[in-house]
Amino acid sequence: MCLAIPGKLLSITAQLDDTFRQGKVSFGGICKEVNLSMVPEAQIGDYVLVHVGVAIGRVDEAEAMQTFEYLKQMGEMEELNTPENKNQ
Amino acid sequence: MKYLSEYRDPALVEDYLKQIHQVTTKPWTLMEICGGQTHSLVKNGILDMLPEKITMVHGPGCPVCVTPISIIDEAIYLAKQPNIILCSFGDMLRVPGSKENLLEVKAMGADVRILYSPLEAVQLAKENPDKEVVFFAVGFETTAPANALSIVQAAQTGVKNYSILASHVLVPPAMEAILGDPDNLIDGFLAAGHVCTIMGMEEYYPIAEKYKCPVVITGFEPVDLLQGILMTVQQLEKGEYKVENQYTRYVQREGNKLAKATLEKVFEVSDRTWRGIGKIPMSGYEVNEKYKRYNSRIKFNLDLPAAEENKECISGAIMKGLKKPLQCPNFGKACRPEHPLGAPMVSSEGACAAYYHYASDQKPAEALS
Ligand code: SF4
Repeated sequence: MCLAIPGKLLSITAQLDDTFRQGKVSFGGICKEVNLSMVPEAQIGDYVLVHVGVAIGRVDEAEAMQTFEYLKQMGEMEELNTPENKNQ
Repeated sequence: MKYLSEYRDPALVEDYLKQIHQVTTKPWTLMEICGGQTHSLVKNGILDMLPEKITMVHGPGCPVCVTPISIIDEAIYLAKQPNIILCSFGDMLRVPGSKENLLEVKAMGADVRILYSPLEAVQLAKENPDKEVVFFAVGFETTAPANALSIVQAAQTGVKNYSILASHVLVPPAMEAILGDPDNLIDGFLAAGHVCTIMGMEEYYPIAEKYKCPVVITGFEPVDLLQGILMTVQQLEKGEYKVENQYTRYVQREGNKLAKATLEKVFEVSDRTWRGIGKIPMSGYEVNEKYKRYNSRIKFNLDLPAAEENKECISGAIMKGLKKPLQCPNFGKACRPEHPLGAPMVSSEGACAAYYHYASDQKPAEALS
């Protein structure tokens, strides 16, 4: 559960005030709503590092692609699917 | 070398391995802090590729492993209340409490839900105004900001039926507890990359200085881990003890200032009991006075009797780097992932589960000392 995964910011879906933003982020095809409050500098098209639904940093695109590749190889992407839908 | 072809960059891996073998002249014991790093080291067979002189021991950086029995019991107690929806990260459900685990309570009809994010729990509270939603908020510094943010979000949007049962733990005080143990064997640390994405590097300078122990902030991919090990051994061989950053692509010296500000806003540093290790002063976050209405312990007047730890489980010695999983007499026998005696056999980030899944063909390790 401690893994943080990079994803691409596709759109801003909610903006409550200056800092509170939410957006749609794609993790190699799997899309999730992500809170962007801690990465005010992130723009649409940027890659952000996401942990339990919150973006905690911005990432370089090339780096993000490499990390995806690695996570896919390692079978670590499943953490994104809420286990509720999967097996419980 | 059986896993080498799976690496994302085999040439780089081989190069780092060669360098590690070249620089190592003396025996060194290194601890990786983070359970994700343990998982990656074991799963990729890296432990078998390192020089014999290097012993990797596996630190306490698995929130599932260090959440004490008493807090699991609190979560179980809350889950059993008829008007409460208890939400948690999936791994926590199989961790044994003093009598049962959350999965068993769920099977008996309690409303226990697995969520990916604490922010989903706030949403769930909005959708169920006649219920109380409790998020079982475990985690290290990486996860605490998300848990804090869920409280900020609930407060901002007027959600009153939400609270968290906090079990937050902090890395630097745990490192000090380990280094201060008279039996300590650790020569150098690989610090947890994502923890430092939030907190930055500053906290580690006094520790490296005081204990003359190199600390290298390291990622969790095989190449990161090997580079982190190389940087640590290079320091040790030269007699240095610096804080270095291997994970520069995700870690800035000052960390994420907004995340740290959110932590400060909602939490206060408090004493925390670590499963297997015991109480470590000022090693966790609790919800502060200002936001106490979002603290499940206060909201539901929690006051359960302290629970005894399972004496058969040697997880404390493992997380302090004094023992390895294969030295536990219960490993793979009385204790297996389907029937865990202790928490490190539950999550794949726990050292025992990592060895069980990926290294069970290994022979029991020699005693470390
Ligand atoms: S094998 Fe089981 S009993 Fe032994 S230390 Fe690990 S979790 Fe505890």
